[in-house]
Amino acid sequence: MNKVLEKFVESLLKMSSAVTGITVLLIIIFLFKEGLGLFKSSTVEKGYTLVVNTQNPVNRLTSVEIKEIFDSEIENWKDVGGSNDDIRIFRFDEIFTMYSDEELGDGYSLLPQKLGEIIQSDSTIIAFLPLKYVPKNMSGIKELKTDIISISDFFLGTTWLPTATPSALFGILPLIVGTLLVSFIAIIIAIPFGVGVAIYLSEIASEKVRKVMKPAIELLAGIPSVVYGFFGLVVVAPIVQKVGGLTLGETAFTGSLILAIMALPTIITISEDALRNTPKAMRDASYALGANRWQTIYKVVIPYASSGISAAIILGIGRAIGETMAVLMVTGNAAVMPHSLFESVRTIPATIAAELGEAPGGGTHYQSLFLLGCVLFLITLIISIISEKISGRKIIKE
Amino acid sequence: MIISKKTKEQIAFAIFRILGIITLGVLIWILGFICFNGISVMSWDFIFSYPEEGMTSGGIFPAIVGTLYLVLGSIIIAFPLGVMSAIYTVEYAKNNWVTKLIRIMTNNLASIPSIVFGLFGMTLFVNTLAFGDSIIAGSLTLSLLILPVVIRTTEEALKAVPNTYRTGSMALGANKIQTIKRIILPTAFPNIITGLVLSIGRVSGETAPILFTVVAYFLPKLPSSIFDQVMALPYHLYVLATSGTDIEKSRPVAYGTALVLIIIVLLMNTVAGVIKNQFQKNKK
Repeated sequence: MNKVLEKFVESLLKMSSAVTGITVLLIIIFLFKEGLGLFKSSTVEKGYTLVVNTQNPVNRLTSVEIKEIFDSEIENWKDVGGSNDDIRIFRFDEIFTMYSDEELGDGYSLLPQKLGEIIQSDSTIIAFLPLKYVPKNMSGIKELKTDIISISDFFLGTTWLPTATPSALFGILPLIVGTLLVSFIAIIIAIPFGVGVAIYLSEIASEKVRKVMKPAIELLAGIPSVVYGFFGLVVVAPIVQKVGGLTLGETAFTGSLILAIMALPTIITISEDALRNTPKAMRDASYALGANRWQTIYKVVIPYASSGISAAIILGIGRAIGETMAVLMVTGNAAVMPHSLFESVRTIPATIAAELGEAPGGGTHYQSLFLLGCVLFLITLIISIISEKISGRKIIKE
Repeated sequence: MIISKKTKEQIAFAIFRILGIITLGVLIWILGFICFNGISVMSWDFIFSYPEEGMTSGGIFPAIVGTLYLVLGSIIIAFPLGVMSAIYTVEYAKNNWVTKLIRIMTNNLASIPSIVFGLFGMTLFVNTLAFGDSIIAGSLTLSLLILPVVIRTTEEALKAVPNTYRTGSMALGANKIQTIKRIILPTAFPNIITGLVLSIGRVSGETAPILFTVVAYFLPKLPSSIFDQVMALPYHLYVLATSGTDIEKSRPVAYGTALVLIIIVLLMNTVAGVIKNQFQKNKK
């Protein structure tokens, strides 16, 4: 009986420890399942299509071309491989200003017919129509072929306009650049403080000071990110605005400052552990050679702990890259390619947090946000693997 | 000019001391700022009444209750699971590739950004399992977030139990389960509780995982089942700070909410510290 119970308990414990592994796998499966559908979708909004006159030699438009045509940045067909004619944009709503409801018939039954006539009569027209009102079996009109969203559009595209009509743009490059910019500047600010405080705590500070500092740093790690964001919004952003003479205080730099504070506890605790792990024999040997404490610290202790310190810094970067709420609140959230530190930027996590609520489930926008989640997941995974590799390696120079 | 090694040391140590003071100063600045501005709205009324006039006045009671439910829900799920998992890896598992894999996965789980948990919770719990935006979906999502914390602290607590305890118990004829139940868990208990207390602090402050799994902007009444939505403190603060009906007028409430969050974290850290100290004293 006892044997059975013991086996049962053991397998129960085994199962619960398998949960973390299963969770990681499930996260990967679900995120990619939702996200990868994006690469099968058309760039044009679901349920809509673009229609032109058959005399128009253009058969296919890229998503960027569609966007520029409808933004009136391209105004002539020859820019997209057609004849030298001005483009006439026809939006679906215009039909209601041209015809009254009675003329369009019962339940808009005559609507496709009227739309067809308009397109037939003008070889320079491009019409953006709901699929269900596209005239069927009518000569003189053709639907334009549009691109399927490609992997390179996604990763190398420089415009993030996921809700633009008629053609949404899913270029995540500005978001990646924004994320890396904010995080790296944050770490550059955090390194001297993080490593400095770690050295101070492990080598210099008295037991009394440590008793105050250690809980303080734990508290710094415990403050919720939304409180950091709030503090950044009401205190740091106005200071950045005033000092920099800017029109807006919510910039990449503001985000970096807040992230630097948030990454500090990670860097300090892990570096301190690494510094403390330096064997006493190595310090004693250094003292015996006549070195004083500072010489021992920077010639013996820091080199010995360097792999641990680098791992701490890399983990700090990972923290910063994944941080959502604080960054969302203080960086101003403009999803454009950043040109300087003192402009508003948008990071990957902030984009997901800000847009997922409004993205209709299963649509391309929704899928693109999940794909962003995958990208974020992979970036942090790589970072955590690198830091593990580094901290596992003990460098002892001979 | 040659600087003596004594002077160099003094300069270096002074720099490190200044870095330490600045870091401490930043913490005091943040805490001080929130306390100074939040204390004026703090009252029993603020804690126990509902928001009024588009959240520009009144209290934050529903948000406090919501956060409490989420803390309870995620602890109930993550704590037993995490402790059992840690018991397995420390007491049972041999040092083979399975243990290694579990450790790697736990580390990876800890490094996943919280917003990714939010996405995952939304597809699995809210959509696939059809819980909808609910306490249960939010608690499950949050429990994944604190699982690595619970596992790690429990593992450390178990490893700190001297091996002589185990062999001694075995020598008296106890089997493995009896040893774990009567000897190891009671000895490691205070340290395990520290992990629990710290994860309470963590759960109360997390916003990103609950954004799409449970939280509501405003609810006129308290939840009646685990399939209801709730308000939560961190989301409440986020809304008040960025997109409230009148941001300037709701500032005092925002300061108050931030202060409540800080107090929770401060309280949890203190409790954890006290338990740890007590434990170390007893050990001596």
